[in-house]
Amino acid sequence: MIQVQNLKKAYNGVTVLNIENLEIPKGESFGLVGNNGAGKTTFFSLLLDLIEPSNGYITSNNIKVNESEAWKPFTSAFIDESFLIGYLTPEEYFYFIGELRGLNKADVDVLLAKHEDFFNGEILQRKKYLRDLSKGNQKKVGIIAALIGNPEVIILDEPFANLDPTTQFRLKKIIKELAEDPQVTILVSSHDLAHTIEVSNRIVALQHGEVVKDIKTSEETLKELEAFFAV
Amino acid sequence: MRETFIRCLNIEKFAFVYKNCNFLGLLYTNYINKTTNYMFRKFIALEWKAFFRSSAFASNMVLKVFMIIGAIYFTGMFLLLGFGSYHIIKDATDEDPLLLVNRYMIYYLVSDLLVRLFLQKIPIINIRPLLTLPIKRGTIVNFALAKTAISFFNVIHSFFFIPFSIILLVEGYDPLHVVFWHLGILSLIYVNNFLNILLNNKDGLFVGFIVFLSIAAGLQYYEVFDITEYTGIFFQGMYTTAYTFILPLAALVAVWISCFRYFRSHLYLDTGLSRKQKDVSTEDYTWLNRYGILGTFLKNDIKLIRRNKRSKTTVIMSVVFLFYGLFFFTGMLEMYDNSFMHMFAAIFITGGFLFTFGQFVPSWDSAYYPLMMSQNIQYREYISSKWWLIVIGTVASTLLASFYLYFGVNIYLMILAAGIYNIGVNSHLVLLGGAYIKTPIDLASSKQAFGDKKAFNVKTMLLSLPKMLIPMALYSIGQLIGNNWGVILVIIAGVAGFAFRNSVFSMIEKIYKTEKYKTLASYKQKN
Repeated sequence: MIQVQNLKKAYNGVTVLNIENLEIPKGESFGLVGNNGAGKTTFFSLLLDLIEPSNGYITSNNIKVNESEAWKPFTSAFIDESFLIGYLTPEEYFYFIGELRGLNKADVDVLLAKHEDFFNGEILQRKKYLRDLSKGNQKKVGIIAALIGNPEVIILDEPFANLDPTTQFRLKKIIKELAEDPQVTILVSSHDLAHTIEVSNRIVALQHGEVVKDIKTSEETLKELEAFFAV
Repeated sequence: MRETFIRCLNIEKFAFVYKNCNFLGLLYTNYINKTTNYMFRKFIALEWKAFFRSSAFASNMVLKVFMIIGAIYFTGMFLLLGFGSYHIIKDATDEDPLLLVNRYMIYYLVSDLLVRLFLQKIPIINIRPLLTLPIKRGTIVNFALAKTAISFFNVIHSFFFIPFSIILLVEGYDPLHVVFWHLGILSLIYVNNFLNILLNNKDGLFVGFIVFLSIAAGLQYYEVFDITEYTGIFFQGMYTTAYTFILPLAALVAVWISCFRYFRSHLYLDTGLSRKQKDVSTEDYTWLNRYGILGTFLKNDIKLIRRNKRSKTTVIMSVVFLFYGLFFFTGMLEMYDNSFMHMFAAIFITGGFLFTFGQFVPSWDSAYYPLMMSQNIQYREYISSKWWLIVIGTVASTLLASFYLYFGVNIYLMILAAGIYNIGVNSHLVLLGGAYIKTPIDLASSKQAFGDKKAFNVKTMLLSLPKMLIPMALYSIGQLIGNNWGVILVIIAGVAGFAFRNSVFSMIEKIYKTEKYKTLASYKQKN
């Protein structure tokens, strides 16, 4: 589904990301781990064509993301709060995204009803604009909005950060369910090794912009990763 | 858990020792007093860095140069008036100049307050990170207040009052009483300074002062009631008596204290430093659904305008622009009373919204531009929805401008022609120009530094100039050919503009695409 070729990103001569070759097959649940500055967000931003690659390219479904926009209809993402429109209520935001993806209000309502648990009564009908919600609640909105319109590629950057334990648990359930769908490729990044291992069937560890581990998740994965990061 | 407990115990112990050791306590207070001064210097250093390191600093150089030129101009004018007005008044009216100045002082002070409410920024230093540091709250507040004292809006008045007082001394007025008077006036200027801080964010007041000014001036002009006869006595009293000037001084102390108290008691994250939240409702605007994706964007833009202070200001500005023509068509100023300048006014009247809103497309969406760039959005639809919004705004302005019929059919036809030109040509030009403007707009921080009404941009005005010169030239040329030809030429140009619509849209699309990464990067850096 996603192919990375000689991808390199440098700022003023300092390389922040350098991936020679990486292939993410369709239906995979892909976990990206690494320390601060390892290049996780840079990679996702390149995947969404939000920054320009210094060299190389990424293809998504055989579409070069920095040349065509045809990847947009089947891709959705939540990277940070710049994916939220602060002056809308959560409902308005969901409907807006829905309309952009060709869904009507009723379709969106079905999806929202399904995730009522996840919202924990703190999102819908609270008469607040998104900008006035807490960080955690904003995140909940962003994550669910990224699921609207049956996207085939879902990108979530640090989805577990800022969430309370109960919500983290529910989020893991949602991601696992999505991972079971062979049509959906889901990419999740995190600082939390345990969370990532739990939801992903493949883990890639980045360090200083390079792939240093690429492993299928198994019983030993956590130990292996912990050993790697415990320096 | 255990660790925290032990730490708590230690703090208890420390507090106990501290309380019982007066000597140490004294030393500590002494230290705090000394550090207050030190803190002030630190704050000044922080301010300095905040100013020079802001990302807006470099990009707003042009704006800053204009502001400096403006400041020099006003300083010069005040100086000239300060030195000259005594003799000008003496020669022209044969009255005691001080008496006359005192009579009109009330207007001077109210206008000063009005200007301040509109332009002077309220003192915001980056307070949040300071709260948990060992700095007394009083020090933070006092610094923030003291910072306003050196504002241009206070200093400028000295350029008038100091030379004026000097002339008074030269002309043989009693020196001691001139000093009293000067002190009194200076206090009143500073009273205004602090009133502005207290009254900021109360929008109704601004209108209230305008109404007060116009009613007072109107009543005086038609000789119904002359407010200056009563207020003049007070201001003159500051010169003639040795005690009246104490009143403004006392007022100054009072407003300082209330400002201090207000800010001190609001220096908590959940009161003064937080935003007020109101219950809001979800709005659907289902009537826009029939326009498909275009409707989706329009819905969003309507919410954008209605729910953010910064964008609401543009709507207010465009209403103000509506009345701009009154300066031109009433024959108030002779230099404006010609067809060339009339066309200038007509473009402004109908294009207020176009200029203030359109110039900043796509910056209005800067806060969530990454979303717009990764969502399922076609540039063409995005641009055309903004275009429609501008067209709707322009049509509304043109309709509202119907009251100019009062000045005759010719003036009205001219305004209609300007409206058509704005829709046909300027709407495209303005979007084209906006594509290059990469200043992020902070919609939410309306009450802070670069928010609301204080964000009126000179750069915008400059970019607007060519958009006016063309129709002005066309109109003048047309008027030379014959009656009504000016209007006809402008309309033709406007209609012709539609023909280029698609190619202009494609150009804008291309700019959006080539500038995409740069735009995303610069929107990321907020002030």
